[in-house]
Amino acid sequence: MAKIVVHQEKANKPEELTQLCPFGAIEYNNEKLEINAGCKMCKICVRKGPEGVFEFVENEVKKINKDDWKGIMVYVDHVEGEIHPVTFELIGKAREMADKINHPVYCLFMGHNIIEKANQLLHYGADEVFVYDDEELKEFRIEPYAAVFEDFINENKPSAALVGGTTIGRSLAPRVAARFRTGLTADCTILDVQENSDLDQIRPAFGGNIMAHIYTPNNRPQFATVRYKIFTALERNEKANGKITVCEIAKEKLTSKITVLNVKKKEKEDSIEDAEVILVAGRGIKKEEDLKMINELAELLGGQVAGTRPLIEAGWVDAKKQIGLSGRTVKPKLIITCGVSGAIQFVAGMNNSECIIAINTDKNASIFDVAHYGIVDDVYEVVTKLIEKIKLGKLDADKLTAATVQEV
Amino acid sequence: MEIVVCIKQVPGTSEVEVDEKTGVLKRDGVDSKMNPYDLYAIETAVKIKEENGAKVSAVSMGPPQAAAIIREAYMMGVDEGALLSDRKFAGSDVLATSYTLAQGVKKMGNPDLIICGKMTTDGDTAQVGPEMAEFLDIPHIANVLRIVEVKEKSIVVEMDMPHTIEVAEVEYPCLITVEKDIFQPRLPSFKLKLATKDKEIPFYGLDSFEDKDEMKYGLNGSPTQVKRIFPPKSNTEKEMWEGNGDELADKLLNKLNELKFV
Repeated sequence: MAKIVVHQEKANKPEELTQLCPFGAIEYNNEKLEINAGCKMCKICVRKGPEGVFEFVENEVKKINKDDWKGIMVYVDHVEGEIHPVTFELIGKAREMADKINHPVYCLFMGHNIIEKANQLLHYGADEVFVYDDEELKEFRIEPYAAVFEDFINENKPSAALVGGTTIGRSLAPRVAARFRTGLTADCTILDVQENSDLDQIRPAFGGNIMAHIYTPNNRPQFATVRYKIFTALERNEKANGKITVCEIAKEKLTSKITVLNVKKKEKEDSIEDAEVILVAGRGIKKEEDLKMINELAELLGGQVAGTRPLIEAGWVDAKKQIGLSGRTVKPKLIITCGVSGAIQFVAGMNNSECIIAINTDKNASIFDVAHYGIVDDVYEVVTKLIEKIKLGKLDADKLTAATVQEV
Repeated sequence: MEIVVCIKQVPGTSEVEVDEKTGVLKRDGVDSKMNPYDLYAIETAVKIKEENGAKVSAVSMGPPQAAAIIREAYMMGVDEGALLSDRKFAGSDVLATSYTLAQGVKKMGNPDLIICGKMTTDGDTAQVGPEMAEFLDIPHIANVLRIVEVKEKSIVVEMDMPHTIEVAEVEYPCLITVEKDIFQPRLPSFKLKLATKDKEIPFYGLDSFEDKDEMKYGLNGSPTQVKRIFPPKSNTEKEMWEGNGDELADKLLNKLNELKFV
């Protein structure tokens, strides 16, 4: 059993060492240091504690042969054949990594009457698209979808599986990862690959302002989910490279205890993921009615308004407009954060934006670590003044246009 | 009908920072609370109990102090609870956590319905529910927006899909993860607090599980490992502007003009 062993005799001031652990997992009871169940095995105590007090002891485990697993696969996320753009982003990332280790890029595409849609995937970097087409796969139901995924892995033994962090992906990936008793890292924000085909998976962790580098040293396939707008799709290649393979699976594997009774269309809404300009209201906004000024500025800039978790929880901003790990990921041309402190779970949802302007009174706020332009001032002051100035500018421009027209 | 709700204790704040010089994590005042999304799961279970009759249990995995959230669950109307706590669970990733919880659920009896919150606020992965369902070999539906009907052998729910809402019927036993706002969670009741103040909270360790194989729990049962943790990189080429509101608004306007947003 791998564990942290405490060498009590080497600790000079054992009672102070409980402070080492950010998770409160080091206890000092009856003059003995103990590690409790809160331990996350981050090994900070081993690295940062006094030498020799904490030791990480690992058992010998049987090593798998990583060469038996080849290929980086992408799950093709779609609803009724309409492919979600995150799929193309993942193919781009898969291509980049596969080229480093000389692996192929596979796509797994399952559904009903989808074969004609498969071809487009070959223009974006896939080497082979595996299509499972069956009536039972028409709607997303977990058991048949997981069964197909399992069949694909057994047949093709991919080293890594990349799945979009969509409604379907977040339901399907964990299910299949558990079936293979392998690792799954959710919402990776950085992905890379080692020569031995281990993925470097980086994501914000433990709910704090920290990033964790996670890897899967001795299990395959390695599962990672990635949200929309984290990576960039490759440019469409005019020529389709690679091939399409139609796969069969036994009908009895596609049974389900779920019956879809009805599918209701949702009203189409402006989604913040597609907005080019976004204004974000944070906790610096004190009252619900103060959102008016943010809305007004958004209107002047042709953008949308989004919010951070506290504002969503207060019910001031619609949950669909939440940016962050528990909301949406965005990559607009311009994002202006208004009174946002910059918790990492928020930052992870927007730090790929092209231009980030942050307004906050606290010059030490972590939002300024990701901002391109940081404005240290009261958000009310700056936003109201800016609105006035833009309006004035527009007025002048109108006058100017009017004047020009008259001259003509 | 038997319902099990899975809940978790999470840090009360997200104020965890890495000391840039020493690399040590700083967590000031480790106050904890129930994962807010789990309140919706408990509320859903208690609503079903009130309307259809059911026994509701809550199960959590964590250090001994996590018993506090089981107590809170009692105050919301949960009938039974258990805390899965064992040093051998330390270092669990998603897979090992899900497996431990699945074993814990089996200890609670033969539930017809298992309810989880959408995600936790400290892990933000939303993946423990589906993995548990896999280990229990039962169907699951994630992102449930509404309970349409609780039948004798099945439940009808609305699930949130990107462009649609699907109404689906799923046979028991099954697992659902519920969205925020499925119901408004009730506050802990003072009456129930008094009534349950001496109610036991059993602790279950590995010894009490059906599967006692140490290799499936804690760090041993976790295929993913943390290589290192580090502070997020900060943008060093940023421009910081200070001054009075008027000047700053001017600067900002000029920048927006330059970038052609105005």
